[in-house]
Amino acid sequence: MNPLEDLLQSRPGEARQLLPLLQLIQAHYRYLPEEALRAVAEKLELPLSRVFAVATFYSALSLRPKGETVVKVCCGTACHLRGSETLIASLEKELGIKLGETTPDGSHTLESVNCLGACALAPVVMVGDETHGNVPAASARHLLGKVK
Amino acid sequence: MRFTNTRELEKYRHELVNRPDVYRRLWVCGGPGCLAAGGLNVLKALREEAKWYGLSGNISFKVDLSGCQGLCDRGPLVAAEPWGYLYQKVRPEDAHDIIEETMINGRVVERLSPGQNHRKGYDLNFFRRQTRHLMGRMAHMNPESLDDYIKHYGYHALGYALARLTPADVSGRVEASSLRGRGGGGFPAGRKWKACRQAPGEIKYVLANGDEGDPGAFMNRSLMEGDPHSIIEGMILGAYAIGASQGFIYVRHEYPLSVARLNNALDLARERGLLGRDILGSGFDFDIEVVEGGGAFVCGESTALMNSIEGRAGAPRVKYVRSTERGLWDSPTLLQNVETWANVPHIILQGPGWFKGIGSENNYGTKIFSLVGDVRNSGLVEMPLGSTIRSFVMDVGGGPQPGRKVKAVQSGGPSGGCLPRSCLDLPVDFDHLAEAGAMMGSGGLIVMDDLTCMVDVARYFTKFLVGESCGKCAPCREALPRMLKVLEDLCGGRAEKGDTDRLIRWSEMLSKTALCGLGQSAANPVLSTIKYFEDEYREHEEQHFCRAGRCAGLYEPFIDTERCVGCGACIRVCPCGAVKRSGLKPQGINQNTCIACGACLKACHFRAAVARPRG
Repeated sequence: MNPLEDLLQSRPGEARQLLPLLQLIQAHYRYLPEEALRAVAEKLELPLSRVFAVATFYSALSLRPKGETVVKVCCGTACHLRGSETLIASLEKELGIKLGETTPDGSHTLESVNCLGACALAPVVMVGDETHGNVPAASARHLLGKVK
Repeated sequence: MRFTNTRELEKYRHELVNRPDVYRRLWVCGGPGCLAAGGLNVLKALREEAKWYGLSGNISFKVDLSGCQGLCDRGPLVAAEPWGYLYQKVRPEDAHDIIEETMINGRVVERLSPGQNHRKGYDLNFFRRQTRHLMGRMAHMNPESLDDYIKHYGYHALGYALARLTPADVSGRVEASSLRGRGGGGFPAGRKWKACRQAPGEIKYVLANGDEGDPGAFMNRSLMEGDPHSIIEGMILGAYAIGASQGFIYVRHEYPLSVARLNNALDLARERGLLGRDILGSGFDFDIEVVEGGGAFVCGESTALMNSIEGRAGAPRVKYVRSTERGLWDSPTLLQNVETWANVPHIILQGPGWFKGIGSENNYGTKIFSLVGDVRNSGLVEMPLGSTIRSFVMDVGGGPQPGRKVKAVQSGGPSGGCLPRSCLDLPVDFDHLAEAGAMMGSGGLIVMDDLTCMVDVARYFTKFLVGESCGKCAPCREALPRMLKVLEDLCGGRAEKGDTDRLIRWSEMLSKTALCGLGQSAANPVLSTIKYFEDEYREHEEQHFCRAGRCAGLYEPFIDTERCVGCGACIRVCPCGAVKRSGLKPQGINQNTCIACGACLKACHFRAAVARPRG
């Protein structure tokens, strides 16, 4: 069986499973392929338009492939006050992409996130699953070096 | 083993409490801040080290993970019992000293507890000034252990209610306590409970809102990760009171650990017969499911949250009928913030009278706040409602950083407002904050010092809200981007005459016409900063000057040689060597090489480096 079938089988066919299913697919493929959206619509007996509406509404879901490592810069209030904007600028320069984009080789995606809930350590950056606190703007290279 | 009645649960608790306890214990903080600072590595190192000393099999010794201990910016924290030492900023390399000095010899490791007079955590002002009813036990409890929760009188309220109280009694106690919703609005919880209990319908739902979207706030997160059972117990009591059989906890997408800890807690409770079919042999069935959000701020709004659980895009609905009558799948629904739920077991157990003894008139009980920004101690703080802002900022928070002055305190997240220094004696409760133009929100308190530009703060929040507006109603969708444009012009030196007045006009229009609560309050950051800091707006508009030295290009740094003590801090931090000097004493700034980064302003503890208009 292909992985998409497995994912679809893992949840009951109720309309409320739409978001959880899309999250599973996103986690597996790092994006939502068109055929997956069609398959989900068919399984849950929902119009494709509604699946598309949900897929484009939530920021955790994406129609374009994300990089292997997602770098999330926290832009919460505390992080903003301590210079998250400068940090984003230096990460953009280091990766050669703009916020929200993925590097051409598909290795990194740079994103901002509203608050990671670790405000005492502002500014905070998440590289993959690892959280880094008190990141000085100048350490962008160092931070990425750890994962590259 | 399943508990088949309340007596079995109480017998088990009795055994746990009387079991010879671990004598020496290290609690490594498992709160979000400490984990991000490397708490798990410290835990691992301590366990390894204990193994070296042959302590790992010793029943009187234990290294354990606890819930959030509160002093987040000093993490990773390690508390040593029974001495009460609180070690701060612990690194894995410190494991050897902690095990040898403290665990074996019973002495304090001084370099890890800086500046504490008595070297005891609870002697710190930060903890001494708080009233920690909800957070107190978190620091002495493994969040992944049901036994720890039971030992701290967990599920005692549930057992009592199922054995002795009718659903009407439970609801009555909550009504009598005058508990107000902790999620932001402060709506009386008891009224919701009553309405929901009386609403006709076979199927009813209870929901917990854990979609903590406010930037700068993380108290719900630490509650879900530090004491998940208290939320679950509260929800079971709520379900019993209104007659629901299914509950959902909606958790924000950015909190995967909360989802994991809640699911773990639900499984443990189910195994023991505290959740699921026939709870504690009472014949009452109720189960809870965790729903993970998709990363949308607006889903914290009650109707949007319900849409999201139903598998739709999380846009708010128009509220003609209250959700206590027609909510989730058009059934009566009792939705409350996770912190409101966590208060319920305490109220049932200790009674409404106890609860009303804490806090101020009409604002009873304690509330967890996240105190962050420009204060010396930042972290999670639990205080009775009605404590003054000063007691938060000065007593618990330890005041601003050296050489700085508190300029404003922002409360209530993006829908809240900024209060100036003159409001320091204002009591923090639902009514006083709303009156002053801010709001309680979920409890974020962000302290800003004199290097913060209030126009920039308004720009920041408005930018946030533009990104999070769901786009359903025109006022919110159209007005916010226009307001952001004006604010960006103000901060970028492109302001035109009348910009401030335009902002006021649009803000008022937005507040009056938006569809949901989020839209109606979206102008609050702009309105409250204009109300209290209009001078700064006028300076940006008319003189293109930013007195805080934050908006690049709107100021030039200047050194007041009268005030300067010649410490040389500005010379060291300047990235372009623009500070002219003779010896260590700065003489002025070479404006041609200066890039106006503001580093010297931040570094100066004596307010000698200041911003002045250009030219």
